[in-house]
Amino acid sequence: MWSWVAHRVTGMLIFIFLLVHVLDTSLVRVSPEAYNAVIGAYKNPIMGLAEAGLVAAIVFHAFNGIRVVLVDFWSKGPRHQRVMLWIVVAVTVILMAGFLPRHLGNVFGGA
Amino acid sequence: MTTIEMPRSPRATRSNRRTTRGNTEMAGWLFMRISGIVLVVLVLGHLIVNLLVDDGISGINFAFVAGKWADIRWQIWDLLMLWLAMIHGANGVRTIINDYAERDSTRVVLKTLLATAFTVTVVLGTLVIFTFDPCPAGAPAELLPSVCSA
Repeated sequence: MWSWVAHRVTGMLIFIFLLVHVLDTSLVRVSPEAYNAVIGAYKNPIMGLAEAGLVAAIVFHAFNGIRVVLVDFWSKGPRHQRVMLWIVVAVTVILMAGFLPRHLGNVFGGA
Repeated sequence: MTTIEMPRSPRATRSNRRTTRGNTEMAGWLFMRISGIVLVVLVLGHLIVNLLVDDGISGINFAFVAGKWADIRWQIWDLLMLWLAMIHGANGVRTIINDYAERDSTRVVLKTLLATAFTVTVVLGTLVIFTFDPCPAGAPAELLPSVCSA
């Protein structure tokens, strides 16, 4: 139930960002200066934190999506759905633990 | 002795079925799973190359994007990712609208907005990938990818 809610919320969030992301990337067609100006907005600390949240949403949605596929197509999927949810959460935490220091280092400088 | 009435509805067959909606929804359901698996590879690959390796977000600028799209393989990667993600995402949002918007007029408005956003974004993104020039004339050389000076 909560994994279903989280899948919807993260999916909606990712879709909204996708619309914005295609628009900002489209500025490469305007001029290098225009694109560099808008991408500069993604490099400030507040946006950097929002990106970390977005990446976490994407990683959860990706691996929970694989779990949904396994529940639907693997004969033992429904029986193992609960343990698979904990695996999804664990994979998300582990990947974010690897990503966050690098990303936050890039955003806040120094590292 | 009581007799049990015959079931009122005959079993649905291909010829007496009133709608094909079941089939399109089934196709949509299957598409979400297949496109989802492909998107896991495309999107995580995109995140690794753009945000994890080298300078991550700090290294992204026009030269970075242009350097990628100078290679047809990244154009194909991004085009496929754009289309699959937009169809997968729009279909997901359609499901959410169907579940929560109860008034017919609200659904029509929201789905019209969704269809408009979908069409504009897919057309714009596709045009950008296909008409992109990594070395636009008159742009300062220091903003361009290394392929332009070669």
